[in-house]
Amino acid sequence: MGYFEKIWLGVKTVLIGMGITLKHLFSHNVTIQYPNVHPTDKAGSDRMPDNARNRLFMDYDLCSGCGGCVRACPVDCINLNTVKAVPDDDVPPLKDGAKRGLWVLDFEIDFSKCCFCGLCVPACPTGAMKMTTEFEYSTLNKEDLVYKFSHLSKEFAEEKTKIYNKFAAEKKKKDAEAKKAKAAAAAKEKAMAAKV
Amino acid sequence: MENLNFVYNLIGQNWLAILVIIVLPLVFVLLYALLAILGELKFASFFQDRLGPMRTGPWGIFQPIAEVVKLLQKEDITPTAANKMLYNLAPFLMFTGAYSAFAVIPFSQYYVPSGINVGLFYIFAVGSVGVIGIVMGGWASNNKYTILGAMRAVAQIVSYEIPAGAAILSIAALSSSLSIQEIIIQQSGWFWNWNIFGGPGGFEKIWVIPFTAILFVIYFISSLAETNRVPFDIPEGESELVAGYHTEYSGMKFAFFFFSEYANMFIVSAITVILFFGGWNSPCGDLTNGWFGGAEWWIILRDVFWFVMKSFFFVFVQIWLRWTLPRFRVDQLMEFGWKVLLPISFICFFFVALWAMVR
Amino acid sequence: MKEKKNIDVAYSLLESDRMRLNVGPQHPSTHGVLRLEVELDGEIVTEVVPHIGYLHRCFEKHCENMTYPQCIPFIDRLDYISSMSNEFPYVIGVEKMAGIEVPERVEYIRVIMAELNRIANHQIAVATFGLDAGAFTPLLYLFRDREFILSIFEKASGGRLLYNYFWVGGLASDVHPTFKEDVLDIIKTVRQTNAEIMDLLVENRIFVERTANVGILPADVAINFGCSGPMLRGSGVAYDVRKAAPYSIYDRFDFDIPVGMGERGTLGDCWDRNIVRMREMEQSCRIIEQAIEQMPSDGDVKEKVPARVKVPKGEIYVKAENPKGELGFYIVSNGKPKPERLRARATSFVNLSVINDISKGYMFADLILILGSIDIVLGEVDR
Repeated sequence: MGYFEKIWLGVKTVLIGMGITLKHLFSHNVTIQYPNVHPTDKAGSDRMPDNARNRLFMDYDLCSGCGGCVRACPVDCINLNTVKAVPDDDVPPLKDGAKRGLWVLDFEIDFSKCCFCGLCVPACPTGAMKMTTEFEYSTLNKEDLVYKFSHLSKEFAEEKTKIYNKFAAEKKKKDAEAKKAKAAAAAKEKAMAAKV
Repeated sequence: MENLNFVYNLIGQNWLAILVIIVLPLVFVLLYALLAILGELKFASFFQDRLGPMRTGPWGIFQPIAEVVKLLQKEDITPTAANKMLYNLAPFLMFTGAYSAFAVIPFSQYYVPSGINVGLFYIFAVGSVGVIGIVMGGWASNNKYTILGAMRAVAQIVSYEIPAGAAILSIAALSSSLSIQEIIIQQSGWFWNWNIFGGPGGFEKIWVIPFTAILFVIYFISSLAETNRVPFDIPEGESELVAGYHTEYSGMKFAFFFFSEYANMFIVSAITVILFFGGWNSPCGDLTNGWFGGAEWWIILRDVFWFVMKSFFFVFVQIWLRWTLPRFRVDQLMEFGWKVLLPISFICFFFVALWAMVR
Repeated sequence: MKEKKNIDVAYSLLESDRMRLNVGPQHPSTHGVLRLEVELDGEIVTEVVPHIGYLHRCFEKHCENMTYPQCIPFIDRLDYISSMSNEFPYVIGVEKMAGIEVPERVEYIRVIMAELNRIANHQIAVATFGLDAGAFTPLLYLFRDREFILSIFEKASGGRLLYNYFWVGGLASDVHPTFKEDVLDIIKTVRQTNAEIMDLLVENRIFVERTANVGILPADVAINFGCSGPMLRGSGVAYDVRKAAPYSIYDRFDFDIPVGMGERGTLGDCWDRNIVRMREMEQSCRIIEQAIEQMPSDGDVKEKVPARVKVPKGEIYVKAENPKGELGFYIVSNGKPKPERLRARATSFVNLSVINDISKGYMFADLILILGSIDIVLGEVDR
């Protein structure tokens, strides 16, 4: 294009651009001054919604120890240790009244691994896993990021494990005896039928 | 020194007065640099719909102090294979080039540090000294990127001095004088006597106004190239060459490069104001001369106020341009300077000189 | 019109006046960790060798150990700027194999979210392109608008950048009650800001001089290399997967395919690719408006989501129009709940391969712009 046309276009577009920036000089700004204004305050449309996927929370009284969340997690950040409760043990029911069949000894979530995908939330049958809007939980130690949700002491856990192991061993012995008795009874029946 | 200089009137013609005269612009330039840093940060943020620094002091007004303290406490790193003497000398040389132009800038009719009558020529000569600092810094850093940046800077500054020189020449022709105070005094009166409106004269000067206006634009653009501001900031070239010729500098030396860039911005704005917008003249002429009984301190205050306001406005325009425009490529920059600015500035110079002869 | 040097370089003949410069893994321009080994003859580029792999995360091997729903967070992290567009072809493929048909409302919401993702992606592309050229302000304006879009995504799915929203058989959760009004507001803002960006950046003479006639990609070279998306359309080839092989419900909408026409220079230069992206944003706005009108206002988005995803034996290749180009997934299933092989045909990986051919003979400053106009994201290049 011509020499003068180029110059004219250059000047015109520069002036148009300057006009746009000047207009923005006087328009309102969009900064939210955190931490004076928290994103969960009523900051209009920029407010963090209630279903934001930030830190996980597990309600221990609702956990039945099924392990659905452990299987659903893609990065294996949940660590679950359970032991079966023996039938005559006084195990407290779940919060919504259902019967609890497992003692949840350890329930740890490692937040340095969690990828905040939310796959564990629908995998939980009792609704114990929730994603909260809490995001200010930085620590100085990586070990502090492993959240332990179970409040059972180690001795309690060991005792319950011992009880269960004893119960399981007894049950196995009883089952083996019952099977032997049944086999013996069946053999006797057969012998009696054969005799007849 | 034969000009009226209020410091001499105050203290007397001794070495103390000379010291005060030398230190005053230094203090001014340092305070201005702090203000310019804050202004750039805040204006940049307001152009971009955000707030900028808000935590250091109310509305962030102590941010420049934080920046200076940060630069002061940084470790001073020198590359092993760098040429030590040149490396250490470069930032100070650039600052000297910027600061020595303050010797002839009049802030008021009663104050000019050195009233030589070739002030304009002096400024033009001294403004090129800064380039030596850039080249020294770039070469002595022993780094491929810095050499590239330094060579581009030299090519750019040298080739844009010529249109700037043509603009200055035309004003010199218009005012028949190279002395800065003389040029400003000729523009006294109401604002239509300013050089951008053709200088002093009656209605017949209307045909020279387009040429002086174009000369103003050319001078302003060339001075942007002199100070390495966007759209001509290829020597710094963020996003291309990391940081150009001052990549390897840290701490106080980087602070000096930084300061000399801001000082250059002010000098360039000051010269624009002196040449085209009447220097320390107030736009309403002698209207306020009689206030306070015509006391000297009032005149000085008024002059300094108008001069500083006008210069700050042009510093603001430079900041405005930085945050609006993308940058040129090296060969396009050269083409623009030599093929566009140079011919047009010569044509305008011809017509302005014609007017000066005919008037 | 400057001349372009015609240069042919053989690896063994290294002349001594050429300089090898490392544009290292860390850039001032935000494209990610990519190392470019550039051979310069003064200021002219003679060879560019990209070295990739700094962001390799073994995504394809990981997915062999994950069930089909668990793969989705990994797929999010391919092109992390517009995550939902990555999930789209995958869920379509798995649904096709498993024989699941999703309800209408789910289809409409998927299309609206995918188009919003396209706008968000192109906003970043244009913004960082301007940043490479030296214009700092358009970046801030476009990111401000992107924030509005991200807040919609946050209300719908809970995440701002990585969503895990498209599930096999439906969506993770329904949209919030004021979805329609919010989206229409955003479209208005996007159109306003785009008009401003046209004035401030795209039509600016300095920008045009920088980007026109730079990085010319001829149409046949683009097709031979397998480029797709705005790179291909900027060279004049009107190929868009949404029109050529329509998936989901894209055949119900009326939209154009913008192609580069060489308005400010040669056909296929950086300016063309940029203007294709700007115009695609406008077309996405059109699609979103039509989808909002036609969307059914009730329906359960989770009714067809199976508790266990059972995919019969077989293999499928699905492709979709990602904002950056054609994203394809090759899924091999052997009947188990985990895929046997999941291969991603990543857009940016293929697009990046063309950088050597189109930057020969240009200046070093142009190379940065060419890289910006290819618009790569290292999550896709390295997977």
